[in-house]
Amino acid sequence: MGELRLMKGNEALAEAAIRAGVDAYYGYPITPQSEVMEYLMAANPIKTTGMVVLQAESEVASINMVYGAAGAGKKAMTSSSSPGVSLMQEGISYIAGAELPCVTVNVVRGGPGLGTIQPSQADYFQTVKGGGHGDYKLITLAPASVQEMADFLKLAFDLAFKYRNPAMILSDGVIGQMMEKVELFDPIPRRTDEEVKEQCPWATTGRKKGTPHRVITSLNLVASVQEAFNQKLQDKYAKIQENEVRCELINCDDAEYIIVAYGSSARTSMKAVDLARAKGIKAGLLRPQTLWPFPEKQIQALCAHAKGFLTVEMSAGQMVEDVRLAVNGKVPVQHYGRMGGMIASPGDILAALENFINSTK
Amino acid sequence: MTNEEIIIAGFGGQGVLSMGKILAYSGIMQNLEVSWMPSYGPEMRGGTANVTVILSNERISSPILSAYDTAIILNQQSLDKFEPMVKPGGTLIYDDNGISVPPSRKDISVYLVQAAKAASEKNMSKIFNMIVLGGYLKVNPIVSLENVEAGLKKSLPERHHKLIPANIEGLKLGAEIIQKIR
Repeated sequence: MGELRLMKGNEALAEAAIRAGVDAYYGYPITPQSEVMEYLMAANPIKTTGMVVLQAESEVASINMVYGAAGAGKKAMTSSSSPGVSLMQEGISYIAGAELPCVTVNVVRGGPGLGTIQPSQADYFQTVKGGGHGDYKLITLAPASVQEMADFLKLAFDLAFKYRNPAMILSDGVIGQMMEKVELFDPIPRRTDEEVKEQCPWATTGRKKGTPHRVITSLNLVASVQEAFNQKLQDKYAKIQENEVRCELINCDDAEYIIVAYGSSARTSMKAVDLARAKGIKAGLLRPQTLWPFPEKQIQALCAHAKGFLTVEMSAGQMVEDVRLAVNGKVPVQHYGRMGGMIASPGDILAALENFINSTK
Repeated sequence: MTNEEIIIAGFGGQGVLSMGKILAYSGIMQNLEVSWMPSYGPEMRGGTANVTVILSNERISSPILSAYDTAIILNQQSLDKFEPMVKPGGTLIYDDNGISVPPSRKDISVYLVQAAKAASEKNMSKIFNMIVLGGYLKVNPIVSLENVEAGLKKSLPERHHKLIPANIEGLKLGAEIIQKIR
C-alpha cells in the first residue's frame, strides 16, 4: 500500500507530478488552482528529482515552454484555471499539430470572461470540441476525487506519450480545493537522457551524422501533405476512441433512469442516486472518466433498459449534447445544472430527477 | 456503521478549517474514509468560513451536502444559515459568544460549549478550536483521543509537535465544559 495522506486535489496533483517523474512544470497563478504551483515551489523538486518548476510571465509563455520541452521528449506540464486556459489555446493547437505529448490541467471556474473563482464545468466544449483551431482532439480525463487527481496525472502522461498527443485533466474548483484521503503511488524516477533518446526517436535530442533531421512543426504549406497529415491524426483519434474510453457505472444494471455526470457533479449525483434509490426510484449513475474519448458505446448499451438520461453539469448544458448523440433519440435526454459557480446539492439533483421522470410519463 | 456529515462554521481566524482538518486526519488514523470541503469563495472575504467534513466507513459520495448530522456553529450568521439544515434528530453544538438569537429547533439535540469564555479565562485562546472539537468528541466520540493525537502528529510539521500536549488539554477541557441544552 502506498503512502496515505490528507490532501487537497491541487496538492495531490502536484505531488503526483513529482512522483510521476515529470521533468518540468511551467505555470502562472490563478484561483482555484494556485496550490499546484505553491506546493511544487515548496517541495522544490529540483533538489530531489531534478524537476524544473518555473513561474512564467503568463499562461501564453507557460504553454509555449511546455511546447519546447515536449519537443525535446521531456515530460512537461502546465496547469491553470479557465481564463488562463483560454490564453493557452493557440499553444495547445500547435502542440496537437506537432503531435507532442504533454499534460495541461484546467481547474475550471465560472465564466465567461474573468467570471468567478467558484467551481464550474462550463469549459467542456472548449476542451473536447476544440478551443484552439483545427481538427484536433485532446485526450481528456475528468477526476472526481482527490485520489483521481493524483492517479490521472500519471495516466495522462502515459496516454500522452503512448499516442504522442496532448492530454488535458479537466477538473473543477471543488475537486481542486477539497481534501480527501489519497494513497500516493511510489515515485518513478525521471527518464535519463538515454532513455528519452530511446523512447522518443522523434524528439529533438541532437542529431548524429548521417541521420535525418528531426523537425518539430505544425506547419505544412502543401495542402495535399497537410490533408494526409490530418488523415493520420484522424486515424490516431479513431484508435484512441476505440481503446481508451474509461467510465464508471454505479447502480446501472437495473436502472430505469440514469444520471450522466463527471467530476464533482458526479459526486453530488452519486448521493442523489442513493437518495432516489431510498425512495424506490431505480436510478443509476454513469460517470465518464474520459470526456474524450467519450463513452458512447456504454451509453448506447444502457439504452436497452433505460427510460431516460439526465445529465448533471455545472454549466448551461454542454456534455448533454454528446449524451444526446449517443442516445440518438431512443429515449428522452435532459440537462440539469447550475451556473456561475453555484453548486447543485444532492437534494436539488433528486428534485430535478423526479421532475424529469414525471415529464417522461 | 459510521457515516457522520458535519458542518463547522464561524468567523475566519477561529480555526474552523483547521479544526475540520484535524478531525479529518483523525478519521484517516481510524481507518475511515474522509472528505473536507471548505468554503473558498467570496463569502470568505466577508469574514465567515465554513467546512463540510464527512467521516464514513464507506466510500463518500458527495462532499457537498444540503443536510447535516451535526452542525458546529461559532457565530450568529452561521447559526442563522445552518440551523435549518440540521437533519431532524441531528445535533447542533454552538458557542454562545456573540450569539444574540440562540437556536430554537425542538427536533434536534442542542449543546452549548462556551469555548471562547473558557479559552480566555484559562489563557488558551490559541487552542479555542480544540476546545470546541473536544466538546464535539464528547457528544459523539467518532474518533478516539489517541487517533486525534496521531492525526495531529501526522498533520503538523515536526517543529510544532511540542504544541500537541496543549491541544490535547484543549480537547479535554471541551469535553468537561460542554452542556446539553435539550
